[in-house]
Amino acid sequence: MVEQAIGEIKEIEFPSPGQILRQRTLSHKGFMIGAIVLILILALALLAPVISPHDPYHQELSKRMINPIWHSDGTWEHPLGTDNLGRDYLSRLMYGARISLLIGVSAMVISGIIGIFLGVIAGYFGGRVDMFVSFLITTRLSMPVVLVALAVVALIGGSLNVIIWVLGLLIWDRFAVVMRSSTQQLRSIDYVNAAKAIGCSTTRILITEVIPNILNSLIVIATLEIAHAILLEAALSFLGMGVQPPLPSWGLMICEGKEFMLFSPWIITIPGVVLSLLILSINLMGDGIRDITAPEGRS
Amino acid sequence: MSTLLEIQGLHVEIPLSAGILKAVRNVSFSVVRGKTHALVGESGCGKSLTALAVMNLLPQSAIRCCERLSFDGQDLASTNERHMADIRGNKIAMIFQEPMTSLNPCYTIGNQMQEALLRHRRVTRKEALDRAVFLLEKVGITAAGSRLKQYPHQLSGGLRQRVMIAMGLMCGPPLIIADEPTTALDVTIQAQILSLLKGLQQEFDMGMILITHDLGIVARVADRVSVMYCGQVVETGDVTQIFENPLHPYTQGLMDCIPIPGKTQRGEHLGSIPGIVPTPIGDMTGCTFRNRCPFVSKACAESNVTLQEISAGRAYQCLLSPEVCAQNLRGGVAV
Amino acid sequence: MFYYTLKRLSLAIVVAITVSFVTFMLLRLSGDPAMALAGENATPEEIEVVRHQYGLNRPIIIQYVNWARRALGGDFGVSPYFNQPVEKIIGGRLGITMTLGGCALAFAICLAVPMGVLAAIRPNTWIDRVALTISVLGQAMPSFFFGLILIIIFGVMLRWLPISGSSTWRHFILPAIALGYYATPAIMRLTRSGMLEVLASDYIRTARAKGLKAGVILFKHALRNAIIPVVSLLAVQFGFMLGGSLVIETIFAINGVGFLGYESISRNDLPMVQAIVLLVSMFYVTLTFFSDLLNAFLDPRIRVT
Repeated sequence: MVEQAIGEIKEIEFPSPGQILRQRTLSHKGFMIGAIVLILILALALLAPVISPHDPYHQELSKRMINPIWHSDGTWEHPLGTDNLGRDYLSRLMYGARISLLIGVSAMVISGIIGIFLGVIAGYFGGRVDMFVSFLITTRLSMPVVLVALAVVALIGGSLNVIIWVLGLLIWDRFAVVMRSSTQQLRSIDYVNAAKAIGCSTTRILITEVIPNILNSLIVIATLEIAHAILLEAALSFLGMGVQPPLPSWGLMICEGKEFMLFSPWIITIPGVVLSLLILSINLMGDGIRDITAPEGRS
Repeated sequence: MSTLLEIQGLHVEIPLSAGILKAVRNVSFSVVRGKTHALVGESGCGKSLTALAVMNLLPQSAIRCCERLSFDGQDLASTNERHMADIRGNKIAMIFQEPMTSLNPCYTIGNQMQEALLRHRRVTRKEALDRAVFLLEKVGITAAGSRLKQYPHQLSGGLRQRVMIAMGLMCGPPLIIADEPTTALDVTIQAQILSLLKGLQQEFDMGMILITHDLGIVARVADRVSVMYCGQVVETGDVTQIFENPLHPYTQGLMDCIPIPGKTQRGEHLGSIPGIVPTPIGDMTGCTFRNRCPFVSKACAESNVTLQEISAGRAYQCLLSPEVCAQNLRGGVAV
Repeated sequence: MFYYTLKRLSLAIVVAITVSFVTFMLLRLSGDPAMALAGENATPEEIEVVRHQYGLNRPIIIQYVNWARRALGGDFGVSPYFNQPVEKIIGGRLGITMTLGGCALAFAICLAVPMGVLAAIRPNTWIDRVALTISVLGQAMPSFFFGLILIIIFGVMLRWLPISGSSTWRHFILPAIALGYYATPAIMRLTRSGMLEVLASDYIRTARAKGLKAGVILFKHALRNAIIPVVSLLAVQFGFMLGGSLVIETIFAINGVGFLGYESISRNDLPMVQAIVLLVSMFYVTLTFFSDLLNAFLDPRIRVT
């Protein structure tokens, strides 16, 4: 006879998925740092019309090239100094954030729509459609983005809209690649088959299993492409083929400040550092999301 | 017959976020030249970790401590990594379970076999090659010369395992550890590999530790057995003793699970051990088998059971006396 | 292996043709090339003359076919700015860009591979964290900004290195660093993850069980396997460097193809731009193709069947 076992051997309790996610998020240093910096920059950008000390386009030629506050002759009226046309640098910086973020997000959305569409049809239909889309991706990857963007913008003429569209039409490749492989995998993945085996309907499978997994990769790629677009815009504007003056794009500010940088290095350092911080925070968040949602993939 | 390897009181602990995993607890046994000692138990009972602990190939986070770990008179517990590397492959060889992934895909078989010898002996490449050919033929691989120029992916699983065995023998080690050498192979190949191992052991007078979960293999190949459960050795003895008179309830349960030709009747139910293996994390008092044991009593939860030696080389770990255990034996297990 | 190569080669050729076609279309259709070539102050009559002169009044497809036909023979047209054949001018600058790209790649390899290996041997230690931090910072800083910073620090403040021109080998140091550092994070991360994966594999366990020395295990066994995808990445990164050299060459006034491209775009020198884009694309396509081949060659599982 089997007697009742006396003395329980303790069960180990595991936390719920929601708790795991929150704990991972809060303890992921990279993600938290990125999130904090990004929120700060976002706040500056959104509140710029309200808290900006001056009009970013207002030129005061008598007050040209005033040094920032950490120099001996700086003033609190222009904490980050003024540029060669007497415009307040802090204000331009804040409005520049708006431009970078606007271009970054818009270009990401456009490229996302193109890339997701191409990737999903390639992964879902396979066969000739897949071959054609893969060929498109390879062709796009073989084109030097900066060169082509430069050339096109030079011919059409630079403006905010042109930049957004040119970038959006050029950087869709990663969306396409990731969506294609995600969709392909999902057609025959184990847990979809397992769900089918226990009788789940296709819709339920799609909602509970398929979409959450695509969504994770998608969010990561979307985040990284925002940063990519911002970088490209800065490079184009730096070369003079991007956003046109007097708009305060950070890349343009670096370009305009270049001729004075040997005497007043701050004029290019300030926008450069802020630009790097923005890219850094977005990258950190993107990597963080990737780690948090799929730590098994992390080495 | 000299004692080749002696292990006493071996512990392996792995710190996890949920607590400290006591993967191997107080394991003791010894291996003698020319004899095979089997470590048998379910997956996760700590048998592979025991072997890795001997070789000091444990994962970086694992902590090993023991009362005594000596090989051929040398204390392995205090041997540093550099000297340990001199012993591995040279005095103690280890063969692993997965032949498909245990060879480097970028180098030829010959290259990998030669380096095993060239590392430990001052021989020429030609001499190493000759030895490789000799051993490949010993393990039953024909056309050894051309095989040596092939890459691992060009060989089948059975062939690769033979190569692994040959490679292990390159330096003529006195002790060989085989960790589930046939588990990943086809049943038809299993028997061949086992006979091969046994034959080589006798020809080269080596000691062997054979790790397996299959009692059938134990019966075929082993001379002595240690049955492991949840990190501990629950019973040790000669193969005939264990099979004829298993004492520990777990061992008895295992015997019950396998059909015995000539004894088990057609249509008769095979036994099974109810429950699952507990995870050995944190403090453990009492017997870890108690929640699955048919003969459990109150005392099992309270007192710490230890391995008792009832005669030379025969030990088990249970509160019940040997006589009661023998009585508990359900009929039909005696070989 | 042979058919694999053949298949990849034909794909590469088709891609190259498509890229040249797409670029051609893009450039002709994004504005009026005749207007661009004629200049800002040209009258409508002058624009028409230019249009006729360059055959821009013909259907686009015909224009492309003519251009392609001539290009296959090595004739890429004449640059209206230099009044010389385009291919001659590009040829003269190509060596400099290739040198810059090579130095940048060498810099990236020397920095990234050892860091990646070290980070993999000591995961989650300070070395690993430093490597990951450098990698993260590297990807955040735009290369043009980094180039300017290098100029300020090393060229002006410390006065160690020249900051403009391409006459001596010293002129290539700062540009190579500015160009190469951007590839460093990707190479380092791939090396690190590859090594981590390989070091956990069964054949490394076998190598340890054979008693092989740590250095042998690391380099002969582990790195040899882990480096395969990295080599492919290097080939592709070299291509990106050739394309991305535009910004760096412009900042450091290096007289290479990138700088030529920038100037030609500013001058609306369409034949030159067309040829340069095609050239860079050809490099991308060739290097991608080459990197696939390398991948197959380095892995005996693909090479020897």
